[in-house]
Amino acid sequence: MTTTAAAVRSNAFLGRATRSGALVIGVALVVITIAAALLAPWLAPHDPNEQNVIDKLVSPNATYWLGTDTFGRDVFSRILWGARISLLVGFLSTAIGIGIGVAIGIVAGYFGGAVDRWISGANDVLMSFPQIIMGIILVAVLGPSLNNLVIAIAVTAIPAFVRVARGSTLAMKERDFVDACRALGYSHPRIMFAHILPNILDEITVMGSLWLATAIRTEATLSFIGLGAPPPTATWGGLVREGFDNLLDSPGLSIYPSIAILIVMVGLNLIGDGLRDATDPRAPT
Amino acid sequence: MTASPALSVRGLTTSLRIEGAWHDAVRDVSFDLAPGETLALVGESGCGKSLTAMTIMGLLPAGIGRLTSGSVRIGEIDTSALEDSAMEHIRGDAIGMIFQEPMSSLNPVLKVGFQIAEPLIYHRAMSRRAARRRSLELMELVRIPAAAERLDAYPHQFSGGMRQRVMIALAIACSPQVLIADEPTTALDVTVQAQVLELLNGLQREQGLGILLITHNLGVVAGNAQRVMVMYGGDVVESAPVHEFFASPRHPYSVALLAAMPRVDRPASDLAPIPGQVPSLVTMPDGCRYQGRCPLRIERCATLPPLVAIGDTGRHQVRCWVTAPPASEAS
Repeated sequence: MTTTAAAVRSNAFLGRATRSGALVIGVALVVITIAAALLAPWLAPHDPNEQNVIDKLVSPNATYWLGTDTFGRDVFSRILWGARISLLVGFLSTAIGIGIGVAIGIVAGYFGGAVDRWISGANDVLMSFPQIIMGIILVAVLGPSLNNLVIAIAVTAIPAFVRVARGSTLAMKERDFVDACRALGYSHPRIMFAHILPNILDEITVMGSLWLATAIRTEATLSFIGLGAPPPTATWGGLVREGFDNLLDSPGLSIYPSIAILIVMVGLNLIGDGLRDATDPRAPT
Repeated sequence: MTASPALSVRGLTTSLRIEGAWHDAVRDVSFDLAPGETLALVGESGCGKSLTAMTIMGLLPAGIGRLTSGSVRIGEIDTSALEDSAMEHIRGDAIGMIFQEPMSSLNPVLKVGFQIAEPLIYHRAMSRRAARRRSLELMELVRIPAAAERLDAYPHQFSGGMRQRVMIALAIACSPQVLIADEPTTALDVTVQAQVLELLNGLQREQGLGILLITHNLGVVAGNAQRVMVMYGGDVVESAPVHEFFASPRHPYSVALLAAMPRVDRPASDLAPIPGQVPSLVTMPDGCRYQGRCPLRIERCATLPPLVAIGDTGRHQVRCWVTAPPASEAS
């Protein structure tokens, strides 16, 4: 009896989620990209770093599906391998940003008062920096490497999650079940992270999917201006940059990785919007 | 009655900070709650009932409320002297509390079975598996039908009465000595109210639970409590065994409360509302705090009367210059 009630509820959620269409398309785009990244060693027709001076800058053909770059490396293979780095950097930095940002935000919202004023004040200062500028400053200070790139993007993600988590916690801590938790003798950390956190996860998930797109774009931007992973590592932003030198002769070198970035951006944004619509109780059913 | 009390409160005074100044919101409250006894705390909203409960629980909001003087003993432990972190181990273990709003007092995203198991895991360091087994027993104890199937259900799948049963299961999970029930049935239908109260009485008999029942509903008091304590403006104005209270209330406020209670054996037009309202803490008069609404007011009410024992048993106490003058002056 109770299982049917749960099934009805999850079906209602699935129904709302799939009806929008946006979520389905978004998930499809992102799943295809992730699959391509994971299967790169088997899917890629060539070694992404194998140079072949004779076949440099060739146009797309049966051997090199998307042509080759100035070193004769296969662009298609490099895009597949680049997806691994770009997605990894995106996921990792967003995960770190969520972990740190949400923890700080819940603490600020839960305790309020002076704790909240200090945290929110510092957070507003951080938020007033454009992400790209902050990323550039951080990578410039730390030095360009893959690890530092992840750290820099994670730091730029923290303020957004502090704000979301704080706001949701402010609303949640007034609920009666928080008083009930206090009456049961639970400690503040337990109430914050075992009771309030599960209640605000939906908002964090929506924000997270949108931020994943931002993180991947920031990685591409930083790599494009030369602050990303050092060559010859293939990343999408790096590929766009490498192709830039021959933009007039072989525009595909920059265009194809840009399309890859575009696909993920669109996919993640569709997921974020779709999730928000599906979890919004005010949305028409 | 000679058994050591489950809960003992002495001279409890709680102050609230309003616009920078501290005002006494609960004054000099003392009582003992024996194991297996139900003590009803009655009075209008704003009389300090819930604040008394919160003080006992050690849940006064920091910076806004404070225990100014007095002591609270739960079993053998003087909890008023404990640090906050030590008090956390008492709450939910030696003393439990259930609230007025069962609909919103459960965490909506956690399974009911886990929520009942949580105090056991937290306070008793029970394994998850053992705690889950125990939570099934507790759900059966509070008579939730088909308990085994409902362990993995979420609160929204339960009705209000069932949720209050779950709250009771949570509160008694660690077998506390004392249960504070803050208007436990106010939000429930009348038939469900009766079931929940019957459940509480049954648990009390089986486990020797001392219950502090906070309520507006004098009908609930008559049916479930052994003793009544009436509060007004933070003062205990009358304390009596339940039959004596209903048969011969002495304080003018108690009399007015009973006259304002609807009864099936009288026409509804006979209901006598108490004029005015409880003054705010800032505008409380000196002396007896009921004087502004009291029909029997005399000059002397400007000083606070003592709580005086009347009758032979000494268990009926009243705080009023007019209806219960101190024995030395009565003769």
